[in-house]
Amino acid sequence: MISLDIWMRENPLTYVWFGSYAVALLIFAIEIAMVKHKRKITLQQVRLMRNAGDDARDEGIA
Amino acid sequence: MKKSTMLDLLVLVIRRDLVLAMRRRADVLATLIFFVMVVSLFPLGVGPELDMLRKMAAGVLWVAALLASMLSLGRLFSADYLDGTLEQMMLAPQSLSMLVLGKMTAHWMVSGLPLVLLAPVLGLQFDMSARALGVLIVGLLLGTPILSMVGAIGAALTLGLRGGGVLLSLLVLPLCIPVLIFGTGAVEAVSSGLSVASHLSLLGALLVLALVFTPWVTAQALRISME
Amino acid sequence: MAINWFKYSAPTTFYGLAGKMIPWFAFSAAILFAIGLYIGFFVAPTDAQQGEFYRIMFIHVPASILSMFLYLIMAGYAALGLIFNTRLSAMMATAIAPTGALFALISLWTGALWGKPMWGTWWLWDARLTSELILLFLYLGFIALHASIDDPRRADRAAALLAIVGSVNVPIIYFSVKWWNTLHQGSTIKFSGTTMHIAMQQAMFTMLAACWLYAIAVVLVRVRSIILERERNTTWIADLPEVKQ
Repeated sequence: MISLDIWMRENPLTYVWFGSYAVALLIFAIEIAMVKHKRKITLQQVRLMRNAGDDARDEGIA
Repeated sequence: MKKSTMLDLLVLVIRRDLVLAMRRRADVLATLIFFVMVVSLFPLGVGPELDMLRKMAAGVLWVAALLASMLSLGRLFSADYLDGTLEQMMLAPQSLSMLVLGKMTAHWMVSGLPLVLLAPVLGLQFDMSARALGVLIVGLLLGTPILSMVGAIGAALTLGLRGGGVLLSLLVLPLCIPVLIFGTGAVEAVSSGLSVASHLSLLGALLVLALVFTPWVTAQALRISME
Repeated sequence: MAINWFKYSAPTTFYGLAGKMIPWFAFSAAILFAIGLYIGFFVAPTDAQQGEFYRIMFIHVPASILSMFLYLIMAGYAALGLIFNTRLSAMMATAIAPTGALFALISLWTGALWGKPMWGTWWLWDARLTSELILLFLYLGFIALHASIDDPRRADRAAALLAIVGSVNVPIIYFSVKWWNTLHQGSTIKFSGTTMHIAMQQAMFTMLAACWLYAIAVVLVRVRSIILERERNTTWIADLPEVKQ
């Protein structure tokens, strides 16, 4: 821990940048990837449902 | 109609729940044993130095009481929910908030009050002074009903869910933090020679607030869960 | 000209509107982040007391502000949904929760990293830090409750009630923690004494605006997915170009 303390004081900008901003941006990136993925999955599901509904209608069940 | 219908109803619900609890004494005892065990584990974990134990006594007892009351909360509505009594209660013309208040009171008498009565014995294990013990008990008397009442909201919201017990603790524990802080703060005030009145009156204020709002909120939560 | 605001509270119209707005919010958020980081790292001077470390503030303070405001907004939407039974409000509350929780997480993380060089410890049971941690617990409780109820309507209403109870509790928690803290450990280092350089203020406000825009963009994307999921059996969803393709 002491060596980290010294390193931190010698390279404050690296510490600030990698410690906080890189982590924050990483969290943002993960969140963006998650919402995009969620949208993709949901769209796929809805398309599947729609196609299934169309098929059912074509066969005269619905 | 008699004038005291509301009160009669309250007494009726409390008596009913107490009788039911007496039929399942093992559950009540298990909660108590859990409380005693958790408290006794702390000296084993942190070491037997009395100075340190005296300092942490209030915190340990309060946290253990908090956890023990979480244990029994799951049963607050679930039995009535499973056998359909709860549904009947909601259809009843009487106010659901009042019924809920009765159930909260019974729950406190079964799971909170025994902890309060046991606390002095456990406090002696931690070498607490008589005055500190007194304040601890008053604090627990004021605080444990709040735990039951706030916990009832969580119990109503998680009614019938899988993994309800863990979820219940997750929802309720953060909401109970003020009670924990004021309860332990009062005991701390004794040891540092400050006045305990402010802590205890704040706890009392929280109790009144909880008494006014939580039965209604719990009734709403039950309606949401049952519809 | 009278605008019918209620028109946009229907998922049908809101879906399209949100779709049009997302690129603008996302784009301006990216630009403002870039500007804010530039000012924060290259224009703002080194602080006399805290050296370079104070630069963590430009992400820490906006994240903390966002995490608290998002909780209030979430509880507001939840209350609207519970009282007026509007579908969209409940969906918005659900969509806001994960973003709020992540901002609380960022705030805690950056707070710990700021605390290490300043206070000499990663974590201090400071009133603000503790409240932020409890706020994160409240977010997690909301998300967990919503996720464990299968029926979406019950999930919305139960989580909404929890959010409202939580928001009533937040001030009580904050003041009790603050009071507890002053009892336990006298004074900690205060930052309010120093006046902020103008460039620092600019960087802070730019980052704050960027975080707001980012949060809005992400929440809108998420709410669009939720709308799609909930309304998948309706004809207007089936007629959407992105579904038809």
